[in-house]
Parts: sequence; C-alpha cells; structure tokens
Amino acid sequence: MGTETEYGISVKNAREQDPVAASTLVVNAYKSCRDDIPSTATAVTWDYDQESPLMDARGFLAEAETPISETDTSSAVNDILINGGRYYVDHAHPEYCTPECANARDLLLYEKAGELILEVSRLAAERLLLDNQEIIIYKNNTDYKGHSYGSHENFLMSRKVPFDAIVDGLTPFLVTRIIIAGSGKVGTENGSEEADYQISQRADFFEKEVGLSTMVNRPLINTRDEPHADEKLYRRLHVIVGDSNMSELSIYLKVGITSIALQLIEKGVVGKQFNLKDPVAAIKSISRDLSCKEPIELADGQQWSPIEVQRAYFKLAQQHLTPEERTPIVEDVLKKWRYVLDNLEIDPRRLSRHLDWIIKKKLLDAYRQRHGYEWDDAHLRMMDLQYHDIRPDKGLYIRLLKNGHVQRLLNHEEIVHAMHYPPVDTRAYFRGTCLRRFRKHIYSASWNSMIFTNKSGGLEKIMMDRPHFGTQKIVGELLNNCTAEELVKKIRGDAS
Amino acid sequence: MSREKQQEHLKRHIDETEDRQSDVGQSDVGNGEMDEAFVEDLDSLLDEIDEILEEDSQEFVENYIQRGGQ
Repeated sequence: MGTETEYGISVKNAREQDPVAASTLVVNAYKSCRDDIPSTATAVTWDYDQESPLMDARGFLAEAETPISETDTSSAVNDILINGGRYYVDHAHPEYCTPECANARDLLLYEKAGELILEVSRLAAERLLLDNQEIIIYKNNTDYKGHSYGSHENFLMSRKVPFDAIVDGLTPFLVTRIIIAGSGKVGTENGSEEADYQISQRADFFEKEVGLSTMVNRPLINTRDEPHADEKLYRRLHVIVGDSNMSELSIYLKVGITSIALQLIEKGVVGKQFNLKDPVAAIKSISRDLSCKEPIELADGQQWSPIEVQRAYFKLAQQHLTPEERTPIVEDVLKKWRYVLDNLEIDPRRLSRHLDWIIKKKLLDAYRQRHGYEWDDAHLRMMDLQYHDIRPDKGLYIRLLKNGHVQRLLNHEEIVHAMHYPPVDTRAYFRGTCLRRFRKHIYSASWNSMIFTNKSGGLEKIMMDRPHFGTQKIVGELLNNCTAEELVKKIRGDAS
Repeated sequence: MSREKQQEHLKRHIDETEDRQSDVGQSDVGNGEMDEAFVEDLDSLLDEIDEILEEDSQEFVENYIQRGGQ
C-alpha cells in the first residue's frame, strides 16, 4: 500500500501567484540538497509507458475526464527518490508518493518522511527567492473557496474480488471512517449545508457514489484501474475520499483499518449488509455531527450511528482474521481502533491528543474563548490552515507535537532514515537501492519498471510486476555484490 | 538492521506506545473538565499561537487560492 499527497502552496509577497512555477521550484530544489545525486548526473526520467490512468475498473475506458498529457510540463519535474517514492508536480501542487509499504506503520513512517522532504526542499527553494518572500506549504485539502486537492491511498488487492463487491463493502466503511481519519475544517464550501466546524476537509467535495474522475464530480469510490503490477493478478484500489492528516494516529489507523476492511471484503464476510441509503448525503451529515452519534439510514431501513458501523467492521475483523493475518502491527491497529471507538462513544473530547479533527477543534475552541471570536472570524480559518503548515516554527500541529501535546507513534530518527532508505520488504527496496547504487546506469523508472543503459548505449528494461518481490530478503545480497551490468544480466538470465 | 532486530525494535516500540496510550487514556479523561495543569499548558500554547499566527489573517485567508487538484 501507499499514499499520495498533494500539498497546497503559496508564495508570500509574490507579485502574482504562480503555483505551477512555485511547485516546480520546490520539487527541483530537493535535487540540489541531496548527496545521493552528483551535480553532473543526468536526470532519471519517469517511464510513462507503464501508465494508463483512464482505464476503468469496471472494464471500460475513460468516461468523463479529459485525458491529461502528463508529459508536457510535469515530466521535467519528476524525481524518483532513493527511499523508493516519487516526488513531482501534479497539476499545480507538489506531490509526494510514498514507496510501496507492506504495513500501516511503514506507511505512516514514509508519509511523515514526505513531510520532511517537502520542508527540506521548501527551505532550499526559498533561498532562491527575494528576501521578503516566503514559500508556504500546507498539508491540507482545501483553500475554502471550493478548490480541493487530494490525499489518495492505494491498496493492492487480488484481481479475483469483483469490483461491485468492493463498492458494496467499502462505501459504508469509508463514509463512516471520517470520524477517525477526518482532519477537521472550519466552515463549509462548494454549496454544501452550512456548519461552524466539520469533521472532514473533503466531504463537501463528493458528489456521486462511483466513478473514474478525481477532479470534478468526485466519487466516493474511484474506479481507476491501473495496477502498476501484473494486471491479471492484482488490482490497485485507489481511495480518494480521505483527508490529509497530520496526526500520526490518524494516518496509522486510516490506512491500517482500511487495509483490514479490504481483507474482510476479499474474504467475502462483508457484503451488502451495511449498504447505506444515501452514502453521499451520509458523508456530509456525519461530517457535521461532532457527537458521532446521530444515526444514518441503511438501505434496509435500520438506523446506525457512524460509531456503530465502524464497530461492526471491527467485530468482523476480530472474528475473521486468521492468526497469520494478525501480525503484531495488525494486532496493534485493532487495539487502537477499539480504543478510539470506545472513547468516541464516551466523549470525542477524550481524543484531543489523538485524532486531527478533535485536536484541531480543541485548539480552536480555546482560542475562540480567549479572544471572543465568532466561527466565521478569519483568525480561526487562519489557524485551521496553519495547523497544516509544514514549517517547524509555524505549523500548529508541529508545535503541539514538539510540546508534547499530541500522541507520537514515531521517533524523529526513524523518519529521517526513511527519507533516505526504502522499506525492505516490498519492490521499493529494489528501486531505491538501485537508484542509490547504480544511478548513472539508470535511464528511467516507474512503479513497475526500471530501464538501465548498457555499455553500447542501448536500453534494458526490467519489469517489476510483483510488488512483493524485489525485497531485501530476495535481492539484497545480489544488489550489494554486483555491478549494474551484472545485475541486468543476472535478472535477464533468470527470467529467460 | 537485521530482520530479527527490526521485529524486536518494533515490538518494543509498540509496547512503549501502548504504555503511553493507556497513560493518556487515564489522564486525559474529561467530561469537558480539565485539570489545572492542563489549562496552564493550554494557556502557554495559546500565547504561542498569538505569536506565530500569520499577521493579516483576513488578507492572507482571502488570498489563499489554489487550483483544484485531484
């Protein structure tokens, strides 16, 4: 699994805002402040041959969205990272994709490493601007004026599961998941019903249940079918309904419990039993119910609170996960899942050190009381934005973390390590390690391919269609004891 | 780090988190009531926000416009 985060960007005191130029500056600046890339190195490009973003999981091609030529501006700013991730400009935002991770804790770690990568490049880029100009980057999802940018999660699934089963099983889960994974937002937008504060940043932007688009008329379940792996075996489920989180527990649980819910769907134990009468309306009403207890209507007429829906998934997980599936991390996710559901039930305020929307709400409430601000006061919206600021001296979440006001799951050293080294137990290990060892022999790379240049200047492509291969266990010794040429020869030889 | 060491490290880490979490679970209980130390803490935090919140909030928030992404 992996996540993709689009960051909001703005240049203070700029004569005019040019988010594409600013994003480009930031992403390129990262290359200049790393020791793994010699200044003379030629760029490793992204191998777009492997991508078809308009393929639809229901079996047909593109419905509404106009194909976007990603090769025009963005291919110039495309960085494949030695941690196995990808860093580039998507539309008008800097975007960081984690490497493929095998568990929720690694995914949290690599997403947090991304925040540091953004901050390091932000600082380097700022040095290129006028003295009075500042680059401000927010890990949030909205400008409060109807423009949203995403935080997407990707999960590898077996191709055998019919897509309809995923839609049935996952929709009620994702709609109610915001009580755990929402980032909180002051006010509303996009013509949705008014509220002072809501649980989710993104809920206002979803307009239908299933579809391919990610930018307009957004669907709760996205049908993009681009596995970046052997398409006969795998599906990559692209979840676009989540918020960008700052809280470590919110990120950890978001990806951890979703992965468990998908396992339940694969096993066939979640079917249509939790189907909601109107999921699009439900996500909006749940987002406005800060008690998390107002019932929503299921398709069969039953009335369940979002906590009850989440608890039903939790119980099925307890019953149906096998001992082998209950790894230490899965066990920990289950424990924490239960902990937050129990506490949400008693009083969400008990989680004011744990989950983003509650941490942020507590801060806003206290500040409102101190200054007597109404909810529509610009200071509160400013605080909301600044909660997501990635600068250690300005970001409100980061200040809370440094002052011990929010719960930590990671330590700083391991996050720094994750900026420079890939996870060891997915194919990201192969990608990241090859980039570290053989950069000058690599012509291009993608999620499932690497192209090497050989002695005579020709190109040799290695496909990595099995995400569980290319691990340290399988290729570690080989990678550390051969030249690029020997590596290609060996893999080619084994494959034929 | 070897695989075993990593597992061990992880287990220790999870245990530590678990300890901290149960601490938090107990000390952080409040039916809206907060103990005095906590209120003091919050006060200094609000002082900090007074200091670091972007000046001209109104203007800043109005001018923060993004192009829609995905």
